[in-house]
Amino acid sequence: MRAFTALVKKDIRLYMADRRAVLMSVLAPIAIASFFGFIFDETGAQHQASRVAVLLADEDRSAVSTNLAALLTADSALDVKAAALSQARDAVRRGKATVAIRFPAGFGSTAASAFFGGADARKADIELLYDPSHASEASMVQGILAGHAMEAVSKEMFSGKTGRDAVDASLAQLRGNTTIASDQQRALTSLLEGVKGWNDVSQSSGSAGAVNGPTIPFEVKKEPVTSGTGVPYNGYAHSFAGMGVQFILFMAIEMGVGLLAQRREGLWKRLRAAPLSRTVLLGSRAVSTALLSLFILACLFLFARVVFGVRIEGSLTGFVGVAVAFSLLAAAFGLLIASLGRTPESARGLSIVATLLLVMLGGAWVPTFVFPKWLQQATAVIPTRWAVDGLDATTWRGLGLSSVAWPIFFLLAATLVFGGLAVARFRWESE
Amino acid sequence: MLELHDLTRRFGALTAVDHVTFGAAAGEMVGLLGPNGAGKTTTVAMIAGLLPPDSGEVRIGGRRLGGDTDPLKSRIGLVTQDLALIDGLSAAENLQFFAALYDLDRQASKRAVAEALDLTGLTERARDKVKTFSGGMKRRLNLAAALLHGPDILLLDEPTVGVDPQSRNAIFENLETLKRRGTTILYTTHYMEEAERLCDRIVILDHGRVIADDTAQGLSKLVPAQNLITVALENAPDALLADGLHALSGVQRVETAPGVVRVAVTDLASTMPAVLQWFTNRGLKYQHVSTERASLETVFLALTGRALRD
Repeated sequence: MRAFTALVKKDIRLYMADRRAVLMSVLAPIAIASFFGFIFDETGAQHQASRVAVLLADEDRSAVSTNLAALLTADSALDVKAAALSQARDAVRRGKATVAIRFPAGFGSTAASAFFGGADARKADIELLYDPSHASEASMVQGILAGHAMEAVSKEMFSGKTGRDAVDASLAQLRGNTTIASDQQRALTSLLEGVKGWNDVSQSSGSAGAVNGPTIPFEVKKEPVTSGTGVPYNGYAHSFAGMGVQFILFMAIEMGVGLLAQRREGLWKRLRAAPLSRTVLLGSRAVSTALLSLFILACLFLFARVVFGVRIEGSLTGFVGVAVAFSLLAAAFGLLIASLGRTPESARGLSIVATLLLVMLGGAWVPTFVFPKWLQQATAVIPTRWAVDGLDATTWRGLGLSSVAWPIFFLLAATLVFGGLAVARFRWESE
Repeated sequence: MLELHDLTRRFGALTAVDHVTFGAAAGEMVGLLGPNGAGKTTTVAMIAGLLPPDSGEVRIGGRRLGGDTDPLKSRIGLVTQDLALIDGLSAAENLQFFAALYDLDRQASKRAVAEALDLTGLTERARDKVKTFSGGMKRRLNLAAALLHGPDILLLDEPTVGVDPQSRNAIFENLETLKRRGTTILYTTHYMEEAERLCDRIVILDHGRVIADDTAQGLSKLVPAQNLITVALENAPDALLADGLHALSGVQRVETAPGVVRVAVTDLASTMPAVLQWFTNRGLKYQHVSTERASLETVFLALTGRALRD
């Protein structure tokens, strides 16, 4: 036991004495996780600054287009500025704006005519120019635009001059239409005259602003489903979990590579010359790696708690269980590197690539729910995913111990596989 | 104290150690000599328990050396060719760490560390980080680390590689002290002069086999020409003289160079007067005469047909 303790203490002491290693293990993930947390956090004021930049070229200047432009400008999700079409196109191409919208001349009157014109009526065009690298934002703008366009056109139809002219034109067209059934003709005429009457009343009473036609008949109420009602989603919880996982694996690589370096030097021979079992020699390395992993994770979440208010909203036991299981996995990963690597240099290069793949597919950079379905299913075998999911579950999701039982089990099973492979492939004889 | 019986180890088709048998008594210092690839390091690795033999056995104090955790390993101290030290720790911390590997308690460890530092002359640098040490100091600390648990047998694998003469002498003095205390020492080297100076017996390995095992004096008898007489002459000798000199009884070989004749003889006492008389009889005045014994280098060359440092 004395030898085991001495070996563990030696590893930890040497790691802590290496300021660069500690800096890499603790400060680097804090910096990167803070950045990712800032980007993905939905509660912060920074989202005011992330409105979609839209340039608007209103070549119509009609009541409909002016009204629609005003609605778009007032929308909190958009940052709308007027621009000529050529300027708008150039800005999108250069990435200065995400979307440009063009209302061509005649847009308002065409839209009004089409409103009651039936399926055969010519529809008004709205051009949407967008940056293809921001396709999802373009879709969002399209949706917002559709809602506001319906509102603006219907308002004009029920209270504006364009609407009156369009209704008059539609009535005249209807009276001369012999192809439509007489009962349908009567009903449509009655509807249009009703609209015309409402428009006249609105104009004469000056109440157009108060009641101006159909509006969107619902309002969406969004509620983030987190650990409890009114508890906002804290994006830092996920980013600190992800970066913690990534940098702990980097630390484990260094521990594995360190073992390879020991073998190349004389130290490994001296350790092997002592009457120590293989369990002591490899086990002490695994324990020191696991303890350092826990230390890094504790530092990260302590920082996240103090600075960003990340809380363990769910089971503390579950959180500790996931942390311990992942630390053991990291230790086994380090041993695996030491057993499969030929030289410290080649082992480091290959294992960094492997780690980046593990953390990327494990959802450490972005949550796995943004992955395509097939990839989400495929990454179920990536142990880092279980670590990140487990930490997410016990922090911002606020779930209980039972929800992390499977992640813990999977992490421990992966530890056994990695560790078993490491022991089986480890080259005990010195070179 | 240390016995090797038919020790054999193969690496694929290569037999690195081939039925090696020799021993070393308590307080005896045995040199293990051989060129690179002769099997010295593999032999030491098997004695230290780093490598299991394919066949044969290592016995320590009459008991067969077993696996990784065999307590017999505590009776062996290993000084590796590569420095086995932790640069980031001080000298004392390094030694405390290695003492813990042999389960020494706090008191025993403290005592052993102090003694080892004292023996190797590093007490004053005990608190300094190893990375600040010179190469020679690191070598001495490397030796100290192998002594903490009071081993009966000390294995040294090329312990003076890259060491300055002062540190080398310090290491030699340490080894002589240990030998006087009764420690059995197996000293692996390819420096002949070190083996001749330090070792009671020398085992020569070549291609994994023991080709000689004797004292330095005994080994020198294995070669026909045990001594070399060098005669510096006033005048350059006639090359033809060499033939006449070669005819003298006991002369093995004659080499001539401008102003110098070297004569290899089997027995110095009986042959040297005849050689000098031979020069006098021919009116050749010699300015200086020196003799030297056949070196282990010569012995090795005679036994294997190749130089030790090939």
